[in-house]
Amino acid sequence: MFGEKAIELVRELDRIGDGQLPAFNEDGIRQVLEEMKALYEQNQSDVNEAKSEGASELIPTIKFRHCCLLRNQRCIAAYLYDRLLRVRALRWEYGSVLPTSVRFHMSAEELEWFNQYKKSLATYMRSLGGEEGLDITQDMKPPKSLYIEVRCVKDHGEFEIDDGTIILLKKNSQHFLPRWKCEHLIRQGVLEHVLS
Amino acid sequence: MATQSYTPVPPGVGMEDNFLSLDDILLSQEKLPCRTETAFPRLGFLEKSGDTGDIQEGTKMEMPLWLAKGLYDSKRRVVAVDLPKVYREGWRTVFGADPNVVDLHKMGPYYYGLGSQLLHFDSPENPDIAQTVLQTFVRRFRRIMDSSQNAYNEDTSALVEKLDCMERSLFRSGQAGLHDFQRWEKGQSSQMTASSLVQNYRKRKFAELEA
Repeated sequence: MFGEKAIELVRELDRIGDGQLPAFNEDGIRQVLEEMKALYEQNQSDVNEAKSEGASELIPTIKFRHCCLLRNQRCIAAYLYDRLLRVRALRWEYGSVLPTSVRFHMSAEELEWFNQYKKSLATYMRSLGGEEGLDITQDMKPPKSLYIEVRCVKDHGEFEIDDGTIILLKKNSQHFLPRWKCEHLIRQGVLEHVLS
Repeated sequence: MATQSYTPVPPGVGMEDNFLSLDDILLSQEKLPCRTETAFPRLGFLEKSGDTGDIQEGTKMEMPLWLAKGLYDSKRRVVAVDLPKVYREGWRTVFGADPNVVDLHKMGPYYYGLGSQLLHFDSPENPDIAQTVLQTFVRRFRRIMDSSQNAYNEDTSALVEKLDCMERSLFRSGQAGLHDFQRWEKGQSSQMTASSLVQNYRKRKFAELEA
């Protein structure tokens, strides 16, 4: 049956339901597009035949192929769109710099889109809250205090806070830091929030 | 549970079909027993038993829902769509007796979705199908809600096993709510946690390294 390659793309994303980005299946997309091209060409020649020779018995076949074309189109559109949603989520979970292992899974167009999204978001955040702008990726949960207790989960190297002090983020060391400085590091799994 | 910034496109409600929803695309891949009511020339290769180049009129074949829906036309006779056996009279009686014992995952796994989509094809049994699907849901829902709200730190696989896809997502929402509430009770809801996305990536990377 037609459309088998296309549904495989969709299944691939559905299997990984928690929002992780699997490698871009360029080969799968190409195969679907080839199938679509073949369907289109067959239909085109049958349409010409039906027109010139009045072969109206071909019409169900043409409709059949057309349905398959639309199906393939839908699968590809959904595949690309769902990936975009995942790429967008990366900006909020990882911050603006992505690890290379994640970038490796994106197509060139997706990388381009990610950069544009990053820029739009930054421009929007600069336009908020007066002179300095407002980082809306901060404080995803309402803050209760300005400083929080954090523990290092892994070695991260030196880290500078507002007043210029440099602290060494060494595994298992514990610090009392300004909340807004460490929220991203917590999300990235470098620090752990310790509740007293 | 950490806030997730990725939410997939939700499936359509009832007879609707959401174009970009992965779930709806997988649902429309379900096979329906069909009979062709016109010939399809030059497509014979799609049909195993046919030795001619055409699909003959009156051929019985399985079609995915998307194709049956695309070809079906109530005015012109192109294909006749038969009911899959779980929606037929016999099974409807079973669902009427006690829907709780039925393994909907094995029967479906898109029992409700497919049942609603079948209403697109004019069939005299449509009202009965709709009624059965609705009543099945109503009578099963109580147990799903109950178990999702009360199974805390337990192995839920036995509870989830017999649920249809839509019921599973309901169960998961219930569990997420329960977990969030328990965290709040313990005063942990203000604790910031690493993004589950980031953590899962890391797990996978370790697994790859070990392999």
